[in-house]
Amino acid sequence: MRRAVPVLAVLAAIVVAWYLAAVWMNAPWVRDQAARAGATVTTGDLLRQTMTLERPVLPAPHQVAAGVWQGVTGQPITSKRSLVWHGWVTLSATLAGFAIGSLAGILLAVGIVHSRVMDMSIMPWAVASQTVPILAIAPMVIVVFASAGITGLLPKALISAWLSFFPVLVGMVKGLRASDAMQLDLMRSWNANEARILRHLRLPASLPYLFASLKVAVAAALVGTIVGELPAGAAQGLGARLLSGSYYGQTVQIWAALFAAAILAAALVWLIGLAERLILRRMGLAA
Amino acid sequence: MDGPVVQAHAVGLTFQTADGPVHALKDVDLTIRRGDFVSFIGPSGCGKTTFLRCIAGLETPTAGRLTVNGMTPDDARRARAYGYVFQAPGLYPWRTIAGNIALPLEIMGFARADRAQRVARVLDLVDLAGFGGKYPWQLSGGMQQRASIARALSFDADILLMDEPFGALDEIVRDRLNEALLALWDKTGKTIGFVTHSIPEAVYLSTRIVVMSPRPGRIADIIDSPLPRQRPLEIRDTPEFIAVAHRVREGLRAGHSYD
Repeated sequence: MRRAVPVLAVLAAIVVAWYLAAVWMNAPWVRDQAARAGATVTTGDLLRQTMTLERPVLPAPHQVAAGVWQGVTGQPITSKRSLVWHGWVTLSATLAGFAIGSLAGILLAVGIVHSRVMDMSIMPWAVASQTVPILAIAPMVIVVFASAGITGLLPKALISAWLSFFPVLVGMVKGLRASDAMQLDLMRSWNANEARILRHLRLPASLPYLFASLKVAVAAALVGTIVGELPAGAAQGLGARLLSGSYYGQTVQIWAALFAAAILAAALVWLIGLAERLILRRMGLAA
Repeated sequence: MDGPVVQAHAVGLTFQTADGPVHALKDVDLTIRRGDFVSFIGPSGCGKTTFLRCIAGLETPTAGRLTVNGMTPDDARRARAYGYVFQAPGLYPWRTIAGNIALPLEIMGFARADRAQRVARVLDLVDLAGFGGKYPWQLSGGMQQRASIARALSFDADILLMDEPFGALDEIVRDRLNEALLALWDKTGKTIGFVTHSIPEAVYLSTRIVVMSPRPGRIADIIDSPLPRQRPLEIRDTPEFIAVAHRVREGLRAGHSYD
């Protein structure tokens, strides 16, 4: 309860500010309509109408909440209008991309830590890959794969992996090098080979770094998937909902999709945090 | 195999640093016989730890000749000639005490049944029988260090190298562990190299005391202890003990007046 109070206070402040902004931003349109109809609007009318517009500039919080609720419960979850269905499309590609990206990041980090040549050749390219705007790369990936007849999950997952491998790579290079000098000396005194040192010392010692970078990576993977859904002809996924919402001026739909994405990201990060706490505590590494 | 366990002739080690060369060791001549308990004592920077690491093959001398069991230190390391105990226990928090002791055995490819039997034996040797299932954080500092000694003993190396193993422990625990270490040495007949900066500890434990002095790290004096192998703690009040301690102190002082 003590921890919930500050969070709820901030939430309340945001909701209040949001309502004020909704009134302020939607008021010109309401006044315009009234002027055209030759009517005058009272303050009460203004307040009521700014919060019930069908296509507001900024929908009020309760409209967004209703949009999310309608999206989740308004139809069977297999319907193409269901947020759950779109969310699942996005989630599955995110998880696939996250898995590919994390695995690639870990494997590259293992290689970099053990090979000077890889350290010098891979790392600059990994950094360079992240300076390319993903928004520019994503359509090309989608188009290239589509021309080869591959659509759906895989191209999106690759864009997602592109964004998520980097934090894992950087975190794991640091983590695999974080082993204590004394522990490494002990391993040498036992004449342990590199594979043994990796398994018994470097990997366990890198776990706190791994979990920290996985949290960043999973959020990045979600962004990558949504960006990958934008140029895909706007058919499936939360990214597609965002795009079609902006085509037709359905601001409530855009905000509902945004919130669905945010809830998804929060849930994924929370799950990794949970795994982190359980595993690190079991290993006696919890801070 | 008889003959000296460690033979050092004019061993030197120079580190090249940005501020010019640092002579960590210079002209070290020393022979360690089988079954010796040799202590290295001296102020920090005298190269006592560096010399122990040279014997272990963890550092490579830049001058002179050093053999361990008649081999180069690196070959001896590969042949698993020694167990090494550091100042900190360095136990893995995610393994039990038994699991920690079994780790070198796993790495060296001992069979599972053999591992269990060896772990039980060394736990008994360091008086930790019954603690194998505990995790390191459940044990006191002294018990953890005993576990790390058990780990170094588990694969039956003839040489035990110890780098200030009791340096981080309080005096009372230290006395008990010193006594236990002597008993263990007597029982196993191992050759022990022991780095310390405590004069009473060095005199109480050793058959030979190597007094070292810094800049450059070198041997100032080698003292063959006249004390018998059986040493109760009370031996520290005898005139013989005090005479050896006095000579060690003189050696340390002579080394210091050099700079």
